[in-house]
Amino acid sequence: MNATQNNEDMDAPASKSSFQLKRRAHNLMVFELHNPNIVQLALRLKDHMAQAPALFKNTPAVLDLGPLEDGFKVVDFPALSSLLDNHGLTIVGICGGSEAQRIAATRARLALFPSTPAPAQAPLPPAEEAPTTQSAPPAETTGDTLGNLLLRQPVRAGQQVYARGVSLVIEASVNEGAEVIADGDIHIYGALRGRALAGARGRQDARIWCQHLDAELVSINGIYRTRDSIDTHLIGKPAVIEIQQDKLVIRSFG
Amino acid sequence: MSKVLVVTSGKGGVGKTTTSASIATGLAQRGFKVAVIDFDVGLRNLDLIMGVERRVVYDLVNVVQGEANLSQALIKDKRIENLYVLAASQTKDKDALTEEGVKKVLDSLKDDNFDYVVCDSPAGIEKGAQLAMYFADEAVVVSNPEVSSVRDADRMLGLLASKSYRAVNNQTPIKQHLLVTRYSPQRAEHGEMMSIEDMLEILAVPLVGVIPESSAVLNASNAGQPVILDKESDAGQAYSDTVDRLLGQDKPLRFLTVEKKGFFSRLFGG
Repeated sequence: MNATQNNEDMDAPASKSSFQLKRRAHNLMVFELHNPNIVQLALRLKDHMAQAPALFKNTPAVLDLGPLEDGFKVVDFPALSSLLDNHGLTIVGICGGSEAQRIAATRARLALFPSTPAPAQAPLPPAEEAPTTQSAPPAETTGDTLGNLLLRQPVRAGQQVYARGVSLVIEASVNEGAEVIADGDIHIYGALRGRALAGARGRQDARIWCQHLDAELVSINGIYRTRDSIDTHLIGKPAVIEIQQDKLVIRSFG
Repeated sequence: MSKVLVVTSGKGGVGKTTTSASIATGLAQRGFKVAVIDFDVGLRNLDLIMGVERRVVYDLVNVVQGEANLSQALIKDKRIENLYVLAASQTKDKDALTEEGVKKVLDSLKDDNFDYVVCDSPAGIEKGAQLAMYFADEAVVVSNPEVSSVRDADRMLGLLASKSYRAVNNQTPIKQHLLVTRYSPQRAEHGEMMSIEDMLEILAVPLVGVIPESSAVLNASNAGQPVILDKESDAGQAYSDTVDRLLGQDKPLRFLTVEKKGFFSRLFGG
């Protein structure tokens, strides 16, 4: 009896260290492919990323071929993967697509995910990781209980703050030359003089509020307006920026 | 307990060196033992403003690289007791400065019982500027009342709050002060210049002083005399007030409004 127990004790650490299989649900970003033309895609991505260079960083994503609607289109998976990889998106697998496309994807060592019947606008995951801030000092940032990213200090020229997966609340001003990005909403209780990009990972219903609108650029879900195209009578007023019928609308309040 | 104070701005030509020289001199006049260091390796200037350019033998880079010791390189001011200048190297390249080297110099100054070390930062946000501010306890950010200077000051304030030793090691943040230089009451009155209020609203740091635009500054530079020593000039007095405020005194701001010419000066064109 004693001998067996000893044996088990000796075996236990060995078997433990090797590996263990577990099932766990991860929230993955979905990259919907509308056109497999690599050159066009590269140009569009470049534009998109120019607005928010630090948007993705080692972000895993699933390539959704559903919107292609043409199973005969050839998709160059290795080229596509390396293009997206350059922008910080790691394609781990695909969903949707024709049989031929799925075979090509498997050859490119991509996993096959089942086509999801879920609604297009899946709710965003709660913050599961520390929000990334670039050049913003960690002392300035505090996650509040609801998972929003809260900043108490001004965001200064050259600083970029990204509230990944959550909304961003700033008690001070966003200065000229600064950039704030959130996957959710952005609330600025000071002046917005720099750039603010809400709904960065695809949320039409994201909004930006600020106490004093003087922005260089505002954007929601990729639809943007620069300072030149903001009505002058709105400048200096408290304002909310939102999308209505696919258009970016700015109105003052208060 | 010695304090490291950096004078920085981001933008060039706003008055960092003039300010460093005057603040260092002002602190020494008040009885503190002060060293002022020129971090602008390759483009040294402070020695001229301090009037010690003919006495430079060794410089900051020599000390950092161990070619001279600190006491050989520190130039004692001939006017004020307890004031020392450490010049920048004119010949060396700015990569000659390292974090460890700068730390070694600052530590030796602390061991020598210096009360204040004033670091005159080069313009820009590159290595020289970052090393000048890295070990600072307090920062005087110099800005002219003009948009590009304010934006650069804003950038610098962001770096002070994120890239300094204190920030990186989660210590109490660097105490930041705003110093407005080249302020012209006449132009401000005509709305040709940013107002102090606008600058404070954007930069959101306490104001430590406003130095008026003054011919005394240029005259002082040419003479190799820190302008604070020119007690008759408005700029000299404004720097003196600034030093008092840095030491915690409450002094009202002066020289913010246009002085109305008196009857006699109008009469005699004074």
